Amino acid sequence: MHSFGYRANALLTLSVTILAIMCAMASFSDNFNSPSPSASVEVLNINRLQKLSNGDDEVSLTLNISADLQSLFTWNTKQVFVFVAAEYESTKNSFNQVSLWDGIIPSREHAKFWIRTTNKYRLTDQGANLRGKDFNLTLHWHVMPKTGKMFADKIVMTGYRLPEEYR
Amino acid sequence: MGWIGETVDSIKSIQIRQALTQAVSLGMIVTSALIIWKALMCITGSESPVVVVLSGSMEPGFKRGDILFLHMSKDPIRAGEIVVFNVDGREIPIVHRVIKVHERQDTGEVDVLTKGDNNYGDDRLLYANGQLWLQRHHIMGRAVGFLPYVGWVTIIMTEKPIIKYILIGALGLLVITSKD
Repeated sequence: MHSFGYRANALLTLSVTILAIMCAMASFSDNFNSPSPSASVEVLNINRLQKLSNGDDEVSLTLNISADLQSLFTWNTKQVFVFVAAEYESTKNSFNQVSLWDGIIPSREHAKFWIRTTNKYRLTDQGANLRGKDFNLTLHWHVMPKTGKMFADKIVMTGYRLPEEYR
Repeated sequence: MGWIGETVDSIKSIQIRQALTQAVSLGMIVTSALIIWKALMCITGSESPVVVVLSGSMEPGFKRGDILFLHMSKDPIRAGEIVVFNVDGREIPIVHRVIKVHERQDTGEVDVLTKGDNNYGDDRLLYANGQLWLQRHHIMGRAVGFLPYVGWVTIIMTEKPIIKYILIGALGLLVITSKD
């Protein structure tokens, strides 16, 4: 009844259970954080709008991104993955979403930032629908916890428009 | 003579009964594990509800040996989500982040491009030859939860099978020799 194996088993079971409960509680505590992040994205310049040899449109733009995501961080936050995506509708596709820039914020100290950048990933359409196109720029964030459930949300910024002619 | 025979019989019967209980309890352990796994499959809608991260391509978010919980719902796939996908001609599923989504107007079909957070370029090099996009059927699920380090158990067991056999042997021995 009180053999070595029995005690080792009981100890292991108890420690694993406690660890699991602590992880669950840490993840649950994230729910009490109600973040209020802010962001603004400005298109400084449309560097290029051209038709590629395969017939698809491509845009290159320079963005000015500033955001304050400090309120997303809790004690269970490992990092926040943040990215800006262009979102638009075209005749072929009901929804297009192309990531333009992304970054990893490792800690609260780095969560208030601004960056001026050209698009990191190519903004190419499936087709030639980008001239004079209205689009949204959306700042998304994905909170990666030390343990438990992942959170994601976004700020949508509307009212951007591409030029009517290739340049 | 009759007394000895009786004793032998009783000992024999006890052993058989004990062996049977042990077999049943072992069967219970195996089947309950199976039940939990299948129930998870039903709840999450993913054919493998839990995956172990095997590469460092999503560092520093996910390290090798971390465990991800998957969920597969009818919700459309969107950029930023971490999906697990299978590529034709590759056995091991890949866990990467979606960076581009194009959803078709008429059919609702979706073209998805992925990238590992820690990789320099997108995943077109990992896809099958000539494949530019992932479709819905490639995707096994999206990651919703995360548990660090636990996956090392399976990594060690697959890479050092000796340890697996030792563990199974020891457990088997324990089951056989244990007296409740």
